[in-house]
Parts: sequence; structure tokens; C-alpha cells
Amino acid sequence: MKLTLKLTAAASALALIAGAAQAETLRLLTWGGYAPDAVIDAFEAETGIEVEVTLSNNEDMISKLRATGGAGFDLAQPSQDRILGPQMEFGIYKPLDQSKLDKALWVGDLYDASIKSTTVDGQAYGVAHIWGSSGFAMDRSRGEGIKTWVDLCKPEYAGRISMRLKRTALLGMSFGLGDDPFAAYDDPVKYEELMKKAAAKLAECKPNVKAYWSGSDDLLAMMRSGEVIAAEAWDATGFKLYGEDTKFNFVAPETGALGWIDTFALPAKGEADDAAYAWINFVMRPEIAAQIIEASGAFSASKGSDELVSPVMKAAYQEAFTPDVIANIKWFPPVPAGLEDIEGRLLDEVAAK
Amino acid sequence: MTASRLTLWLLFAPFLAWVLLLVVIPHIDLLILSLREKVAPRVYETGFRNYADFITSSVYPWTLFRTVAFSLVTTAVTFVIGFPVAFYIAKVARGRRRAALFLLCLLPFWVSEIVRVFGWMMILRETGLLSGFLQWAHVTSGPVEFLYNDAAIMIGLVYTSMLFMIVPLISTIDGLDDALIEAGYDLGGNGVTVMTRIVIPYAMPGIMAGSIVVFMLSLGNYLTPTLLGGKNGQWFTAQIYNQFITRFNWELGSAFGFILLITSTLVVWLLLRLSGQSLSNTLGR
Repeated sequence: MKLTLKLTAAASALALIAGAAQAETLRLLTWGGYAPDAVIDAFEAETGIEVEVTLSNNEDMISKLRATGGAGFDLAQPSQDRILGPQMEFGIYKPLDQSKLDKALWVGDLYDASIKSTTVDGQAYGVAHIWGSSGFAMDRSRGEGIKTWVDLCKPEYAGRISMRLKRTALLGMSFGLGDDPFAAYDDPVKYEELMKKAAAKLAECKPNVKAYWSGSDDLLAMMRSGEVIAAEAWDATGFKLYGEDTKFNFVAPETGALGWIDTFALPAKGEADDAAYAWINFVMRPEIAAQIIEASGAFSASKGSDELVSPVMKAAYQEAFTPDVIANIKWFPPVPAGLEDIEGRLLDEVAAK
Repeated sequence: MTASRLTLWLLFAPFLAWVLLLVVIPHIDLLILSLREKVAPRVYETGFRNYADFITSSVYPWTLFRTVAFSLVTTAVTFVIGFPVAFYIAKVARGRRRAALFLLCLLPFWVSEIVRVFGWMMILRETGLLSGFLQWAHVTSGPVEFLYNDAAIMIGLVYTSMLFMIVPLISTIDGLDDALIEAGYDLGGNGVTVMTRIVIPYAMPGIMAGSIVVFMLSLGNYLTPTLLGGKNGQWFTAQIYNQFITRFNWELGSAFGFILLITSTLVVWLLLRLSGQSLSNTLGR
């Protein structure tokens, strides 16, 4: 009896230690470049909290969290438009406690916009971190004829363009055809019609595609070797290429670059909320945010961080984003549940053409 | 229970746990999932709609057919290339030469599949080695794209699965008594009749074992068709991945998984039936 008691006591003591040790770790599910080693080291030195990074993308984040019902990670970084739908379908996040955020660190507009677009049943689930846009990464010396999405299908670029066969390509093509798919988000019938039209154009355009890229390294290799002239891409990829050779840059389509904001969101069964809030407030400091901008090539919602970035990055940004271009950015609205099923079916059909 | 039976059970336990936990239970879970129809967010009904979606789709059955056909061709090509190699290693080469040849077959497996595929991408791409060589030799005037087509997929798959055809072939051909081949010639046979009437029938279990493994490996491959096939590299496993990971449609993905399982079982059964072999006779040896 005594032995059993002792064992139980020992076991519970161990469990306590294990629990305490776990609380000192922040398991972060994020994108490449959003948590550079230098930033992690500085955070650990300041708070003593260890950070475990898992690199991911929007779909993968949702899949991972769905598989565990929101366990396994303490902080995730989905795009703001991809929170509403998955939250309604799978309930994988917990509401943010805005009182724990140091709101003064944010650019006010981005903070409010992200809170607004991630609100489900009166509770906000995400707050802005990094923003950027999708348009073309382009070799500008050879791609002067490409102004809008439909120009990618011009015969003179046969075999010389690339894109990611995901929803951005579908939406971009829809804008290129003169439609406004974002306005049809609330009308599934109309939306399906627009997407069918865009998918038909993508299928028609397929002979022009060298290969659909899946990771930015794929795309960088095709752009550097000259095999691809222009590609649907994130601005960060264009800026990165600009740093290597200024003939490359990000070019916004005339119909407007498609703007996204990646957020911080707390997984439903995260175990280290305090560490998560500490990390959020830490990386939003302008000097830390500037390091993340350099590593990721995208911009931060941290106020004042844009003044601290390197001259090359600034030059690339200023060439790509003139005031007109910025004013014309089409921000991804929250995706209602169900729309992605429509897109998925159509994308599969394009892939099989 | 006697001690020896207990030992047997203990030795058997890890295998049993493996099969139960990693094969049987996940499959049951998958089956249940595949019979769940999504009606609205967080609302589900039970039924066969996912399977019906597969059958009525214009895309998915075609991809499955393509995948099976490609895997069969891969198996045939692997056999045609692998059989002479296996025969040479088993019957002609001797001593160190034999060991060296066998090692050569193993060599590509010293690196992981992804490295092998990237190697092929460097060779086949438009600005790659092969295209560069052809231009240097003035065979072509401009760069040629060898990547992102069905032939590239085939090269990758054959390269990856060659070893799995050669090893079972060597082990069966090795057991063939040389006297039988000599007797064949003594009785008036020539190279062709000896090969088709003695060697191949004798090696049939090995041929089937190799074919089944190669077929299954090709059918279940994901990396090679996706990376080498590019925009036209439709593969059924990639569809399953898509449904699970990028579409969050686990229900349809599970149905696809079961359809693939049933299809591959059918094809293997058919192959065994046509060749007059049994599973225990081929893989069980």
C-alpha cells in the first residue's frame, strides 16, 4: 500500500514537472521566414520560453489542426480570410483575449481590419501579423506584354509562365476576365458560375504553363534559369529575385494585386496561451518586425517597422507598389464555408485537362 | 498455456499490435469516414455519396485509369529491362563481378527517393544536363524540355522500382539447375525455346513477385509523378493527398483511398489469375 502511494506521488510529481516544462515551450505553426532563428534566440533570451517552429501553409495548417481538433500547437498563423470558414466547420481555434495584446504596436487599420474579418459569433479569432499580396513575379526585360491575368495566356508566352494551381490563380483569372468574384462570395450560385468561367480560361491557358509551382523554391529555380518569364506569385518572391537581379520584380496586375494578411490565431487546444501572447507582443516590436520582414520578404503590421528595412527591400517595394497600386489592392474577404469545395472540384478539372 | 506457446504469443504480439493498430483500425476508421456525407458545416449523414461522386466525376475515374495503366506499363518495362540483368547476375556473372553488379543495382538506393527525383529533374529540365549536352553536340539548335511529360514519369518510376524487380528474379533464377538448360539444348532447343519453355516458366513465381511489388510501388508513388510529371502528372495518390490536405474533404479522400485499395487488389488478383500463380506461391516464398 505504502509503495503504491509513493509511486502515485512520484508519478504525479513527474506529471507536474512535465506539465511545467511544457508550459515553457511555445509550439508555433507558421510560414517560412516568419520566425527567423535570430528572433527565436532573442525571445528565448528574454523570456526563457523555448520556441518550436513547424513550417506550414494555409491548407496544411487547417488540416493539421483539424486532425487533432486544434491540439498540438500553441499558436498558428493562418491568413485572415481562411479563419472564418474552417472555424465554422471544424472549430479549431479559441477566441483571442485582446486585453493581452499591446495594441499600440500595430498599424491601427490593419489591426481593426483583421479583427473584423475573423470575427465569428461576436468573438475575434485572429489579429494581423504579416501582409502582402499576390500578383506576378516577372522578368521585366521579357514580360512587358503582361499587364493583367489574361495576358499570361498570350501565345507569345507559351511554355514560359507558371502559377500555383490553387484558389489565387482561379480568383486572379476571374478578375482578369473582368468579373468581381469577391462580390459574389455570399451568392454560391453566382460564385460557381464565375469560377467555372475562370476555370475554363485556366484550362485554355494550360499549354502556356511550364509547370505549376508548389513551393517558392520551385518557382525561384524556374525564374532564375530563365525558363519562366512571369508567374503568379507572392510579392515576397518578386522582391527576393529583385535582390539578386533588378530585372526581376513583383508586378501588380492592372486589375489589382490580391492582398492577404497572415494572422496570429490560437488553436482550440493550445496549452501555452501566455507564451503565445508574449511571442505576439515580442515580434510586433518594430526592430524585431524589421528582421522578420527581411527574412520573409513580406510586410509587417507592426507600426514603424517599414522604416527599418534594408535599402534593397525598400527599392523593390517602392518600384512595385506605387500609391496607385496600393490603392488598387483587392483584399481577400473572409471565405465562407463551402466555397472551397466548389473551387476544389474546378481546380481538379483544370489539373486533369 | 505451455511455455513454448507463451513464447510464441510474445514473439507474435508486436506484429499483431502493428497490424491491428496501424492497419486494421485505421482502415475501419477510413471506411466509416468514407461513408459520411457532408451536408452543411458540422452536419453529416451516412451514405454512398462520396463513391457516387467518384463515379459520376469526369476527372477522377480517368486519373485512376491513367494511374493503373501507367503502373502496368512501368511493371512491364521494368521486367523487360530487369530480366536480362537478373539472368546475367544469377547465371553468367561469377564471384566478385556478381557482387559488384548487385551492388550497382543497390547504389541508387543509397540516397532517398526525393534526392533521386531531384537528380532526374536536373538532368531532364530545359536548362539541364541532357538538353545542354545535345546543344553542345549540335544535335539540337535550342534547349529541349524533357521534363514534365509522361516519359519523364516513366523514367522516374522504372528507375525507382528496378531493384524490386531484379532481386526476386535473381533469387528464383539462381535456383534453376544449369543441367535443365543444358538438357534443353541437348534435346534440340535453341536460345528462344530454352528461354520461353524452361527459364521463364521456372522463374514465373519470381516474375510475379517482382511485378506485384513494382506495380504496388508505382501505384502508391506520390513524389515521382508529381515532381517529374508537372502540370500533366495526374496521379491518383496525388488526388487523395489533395482531398485530404488542400480541400479538407476527408470524406471524399477516404472514399478514394478505398477505391484505390479495391482497384489494386483486383489488378493483382487478375495478374495472378492470368499467370496461373497464387499469392502464397509468389510472395510467400
